[in-house]
Amino acid sequence: MATGHFIEGVAGGRLSAEQYADNFSDLHPPLDHHEALVEADRCYFCYDAPCMNACPTSIDIPLFIRQIATGNPLGSAKTIFDQNILGGMCARVCPTETLCEEVCVREVAEGKPVQIGRLQRYATDVAMGENKQFYKRAEPSGKTVAVVGAGPAGLATAHRLARHGHDVTILEARPKAGGLNEYGIAAYKSVDDFAQAEVDYVTAIGGIDIQNGKALGRDFQLSDLMRNYDAVFLGLGLGGVNALHADGEDVDGVANAVEFIAELRQASDLSSLPVGRRVVVIGGGMTAIDAAVQSKLLGAEEVTVCYRRGQEHMNASGFEQDLAAANGVAIRHWLQPKRVIAENGKVSAIELEYTAMNGDKLAGTGETLRLNADQVFKAIGQSFVPAVLNGSVASIELEGGRIKVDAEGRTSLAKVWAGGDCIFGGDDLTVSAVAQGRDAAESIHRALTSNGRA
Amino acid sequence: MADIRNNFVGIKSPNPFWLASAPPTDKAYNVERAFKAGWGGVVWKTLGEEGPPVVNVNGPRYGAIWGADRRLLGLNNIELITDRDLQTNLREMKQVKMNWPDRALVASIMVPCDEESWKAILPLVEETGADGIELNFGCPHGMSERGMGSAVGQVPEYIEMVVRWCKQYTRMPVITKLTPNITDIRKPARAAHAGGTDAVSLINTINSITGVDLDSFAPQPTIDGKGSHGGYCGPAVKPIAMNMVAEIARDPETRGLPISGIGGITTWRDAAEFMALGAGNVQVCTAAMTYGFKIVQEMIAGLENWMDEKGHASLSDIVGRATPNVTDWQYLNLNYVAKAHIDQDACIKCGRCHIACEDTSHQAITSMVDGLRHFEVIEAECVGCNLCVNVCPVEGCITMEPLAAGAMDQRTGKPVSPIYANWTTHPNNPMAKVAAE
Repeated sequence: MATGHFIEGVAGGRLSAEQYADNFSDLHPPLDHHEALVEADRCYFCYDAPCMNACPTSIDIPLFIRQIATGNPLGSAKTIFDQNILGGMCARVCPTETLCEEVCVREVAEGKPVQIGRLQRYATDVAMGENKQFYKRAEPSGKTVAVVGAGPAGLATAHRLARHGHDVTILEARPKAGGLNEYGIAAYKSVDDFAQAEVDYVTAIGGIDIQNGKALGRDFQLSDLMRNYDAVFLGLGLGGVNALHADGEDVDGVANAVEFIAELRQASDLSSLPVGRRVVVIGGGMTAIDAAVQSKLLGAEEVTVCYRRGQEHMNASGFEQDLAAANGVAIRHWLQPKRVIAENGKVSAIELEYTAMNGDKLAGTGETLRLNADQVFKAIGQSFVPAVLNGSVASIELEGGRIKVDAEGRTSLAKVWAGGDCIFGGDDLTVSAVAQGRDAAESIHRALTSNGRA
Repeated sequence: MADIRNNFVGIKSPNPFWLASAPPTDKAYNVERAFKAGWGGVVWKTLGEEGPPVVNVNGPRYGAIWGADRRLLGLNNIELITDRDLQTNLREMKQVKMNWPDRALVASIMVPCDEESWKAILPLVEETGADGIELNFGCPHGMSERGMGSAVGQVPEYIEMVVRWCKQYTRMPVITKLTPNITDIRKPARAAHAGGTDAVSLINTINSITGVDLDSFAPQPTIDGKGSHGGYCGPAVKPIAMNMVAEIARDPETRGLPISGIGGITTWRDAAEFMALGAGNVQVCTAAMTYGFKIVQEMIAGLENWMDEKGHASLSDIVGRATPNVTDWQYLNLNYVAKAHIDQDACIKCGRCHIACEDTSHQAITSMVDGLRHFEVIEAECVGCNLCVNVCPVEGCITMEPLAAGAMDQRTGKPVSPIYANWTTHPNNPMAKVAAE
């Protein structure tokens, strides 16, 4: 057993090379050919299938599964990509247990849904492995569209616009495309640099120019885009991280979970990535779980997630909570951060206060708890930073702190559409961002071509 | 404890489960293993006439179709009769029979369709101490091209002729094995009966092509780019075989003729069904070739348990019990009315009953009620066809519920008549007989 667990403070190299490799291997290994056939055969090919209705991108799930079962994985992949060009990543990161698989009639009947996500991965892996391109660009329309952000929403928009013959320029602030697919998910959910492979697969259609290192509000303004392009799509995600509002949270050792996750995904050598011996994660969503589990997998001895409400209120799915528990993460409820305690400028503990519902309001009870910690991650949500939009044009209408759009993804500004995490009313899911991007592209296409006619 | 000892045309075996004449019974090694596993009897793989044995292909002999999880549903073969020397087989048969006197050992025979050939082989077989002979009139490939096997079995006159020779030249019981590759199974059975056969066994395998390789466009199994029709067997053929058994069991001309049932028998339940339709015992091949000889232990225990549970003391209590219930369509009670009923607690809402009924039948099942996904039978449209029961993935969720006499049939708007009435007296039947007053 590696003794690296017991190094005090925030340190790297806690595990052996084999342990790192093992811990960060594929969470759900791909189905092999026979496994896929057996699993596909479990699908009942339901009428008006509940799974299909639960999918934000409305993939015809019974049809794609039947195509796998009948030995037509390429046809299956096309059925998926017709609705969701990022079907490969969604197969890996969708919380299927709260979407398609939750309503699978076999889940209802026997508590064992058809493994839709893994079947989707099987089919899309076959197509992407052969680099099979299903779509050709229409004749060039002569129209240009700027897409801000190369995340799931931006990529889905770009692909659908490119199909319609429009020229798309994606402006991406980060060094790589992919958005949260590249920077925001646990490493074991998408191995082998899949996010970049998918970007390449999506952009292979042609007509999509990705420019990295271009941030809205810093390197260009919205007014530039509106002036230079026929339409603009905003898919810039959430730039801000919510604060703990706990005393002393600015000390060394207190970090944003999203940054930790991004850093981990980009690390070429996991042993070089330092992690605390005792880690506390504040939050109750997927990001909290991703940060907690990965801390444990990096060799932290003790990892505790603290959430200010009850288990039933957690945004992390049951599957994610089980995954955390199986990896030795403790999840504690009804605790909110009160004070970060530091020694020599570094965090040494966190003081939390118990909470309870007072009527319909959450309130501290006054009782406190102190957990030793040499690393504290904040995972209590991200927020949209509207400032980047401001100044150059009439301000865009917001709702609930995010961009307000109509059913087609149109913002309050003519020529400007938006989708993904930056819009109001979303659910912060990759698959929803894809659906919004796709639908906005169709809306843009209609607008640019007088109802779809070039 | 139920007594499952079997006496089939005087051939005794500790249970009614025999291995059919096929690769599993080709030599002493296999048969010894089968008896050790518990099989009640074997029909030794078909013997041919003395002289150079037949040869088999040296490529694939079997083809198959599969269900879920590659469960083998149907197997076909292009293997011929034994390709071992006659004397070797006879020597081994004699030794095995000596080693296992309580088990049935029946010799399957196929020689050219002339009296001398049959006259020559029968004493040789008799000398082994075999309990009986089975005439292979069924093999549908290879041998049939040489005027044997199903080439004989498809001509009732030949069957009768050969059976007569056999009854003349041997004291052993004669079982005539029938081919299903004919239009009316009763004709060859009647011929065998007329020739004096002690029993018939059926079915032999069905002419088939299991698949086509879509790269080479060759039928499967493929021998150097070509294929030939082979004999189909396994679970897929069971319904066909059971009908043929029942047809012979209820035919006035052959009623009472002992039948050894063959065709896709895989479990004790399959065996019990064949026996209920009139088979005095059963023969198994594909199930053993799929799972090995051990399956007989499940068959023995399963049959005993069921018989104990139902109070059947011996096999004679079950053989033929279902035969009287097999009738012609024209005698079915047209006044019997059943309606599908969906158990809402068991329903998993897959909607297959709805779409099957909506697209292909009678539009008698809802998909939505009050804005909710809900599947319910519309009795006014339901003809009681049973399709929904058959496509429902949940056993017991949809049932066919008979309407009591006097109850209103919402589809016809008429009360259900308590009187049995069939097509022969139906007013729409131009040939209707006048109903007796």
